Amino acid sequence: MDTHLPALLGGLLIGLSAATLLLLNGRIAGISGLVAGLGRPGERRLADLAFLLGLILGPPLFAALAGHWPLMRIEASWPVLAVAGLLVGFGTRLGSGCTSGHGVCGLARLSPRSLVAVPVFLATGMLTVALMRVAS
Amino acid sequence: MSGAARPLAALVAGLTFGLGLALSGMLDPARVRGFLDIGGAWAPSLVFVLGGAVSVSALGYGLSRRLPRPALAQTFDLPTSRRIDAPLVLGAALFGIGWGLSGFCPGPAVAALSTGAAPVFVFVTAMLLGMAASELRVRRSPR
Repeated sequence: MDTHLPALLGGLLIGLSAATLLLLNGRIAGISGLVAGLGRPGERRLADLAFLLGLILGPPLFAALAGHWPLMRIEASWPVLAVAGLLVGFGTRLGSGCTSGHGVCGLARLSPRSLVAVPVFLATGMLTVALMRVAS
Repeated sequence: MSGAARPLAALVAGLTFGLGLALSGMLDPARVRGFLDIGGAWAPSLVFVLGGAVSVSALGYGLSRRLPRPALAQTFDLPTSRRIDAPLVLGAALFGIGWGLSGFCPGPAVAALSTGAAPVFVFVTAMLLGMAASELRVRRSPR
């Protein structure tokens, strides 16, 4: 139970960020798209870089406010992390979005593509975790 | 249009996003995998993260529909495609597998770089390679 309130408050902040970026800059807060876009020159690149810099500075800001770093338990081995990273990078570009672009922003817009993508990545994510538990 | 306003707004929005991720528990891959583990000891707290985030995001989107343009830019830059095609479904499926394997999706992984933890750098480096591979594929395809 004690994790639900921070989860909700954190979610509200994430939504506030997406709303801010849209209303001020007219931009979708899709992290995979912003990261991949850094490889392409354009007038938006500086602002996108600034967003990602802010994103990276978020956990240190949390640590300064809360007095401790956020919990981060990484169970996967390095080879598994490498394979997972490749799949996440390739898959989010092929599918044009991730948890933020399709999830936080796409669902809010009732985008038909996001209404398909989110259940698909939730399903394969759940299936992967289930298979790993059976195998171990 | 003043040059610094947009990057500054983006910086503040990014900081808010990163703070939200840290507060919500999304930076903890074990928690995220617990949420995906519906057959095991399911940890539902990420429902609150997504619910909270989508609600406020939807309010912002609703407001944007009543405005002629964003405060600091000429146009709202929103995806327009409505096509449900194979790349969308395959891409989302592959992303979900990687998410389930690691417990990391792009936002938390990038934010977690500031912890300096080596495994995060392994994941993000591989993610960038995966993105680069996908960009090559796009460039080669005929459309």
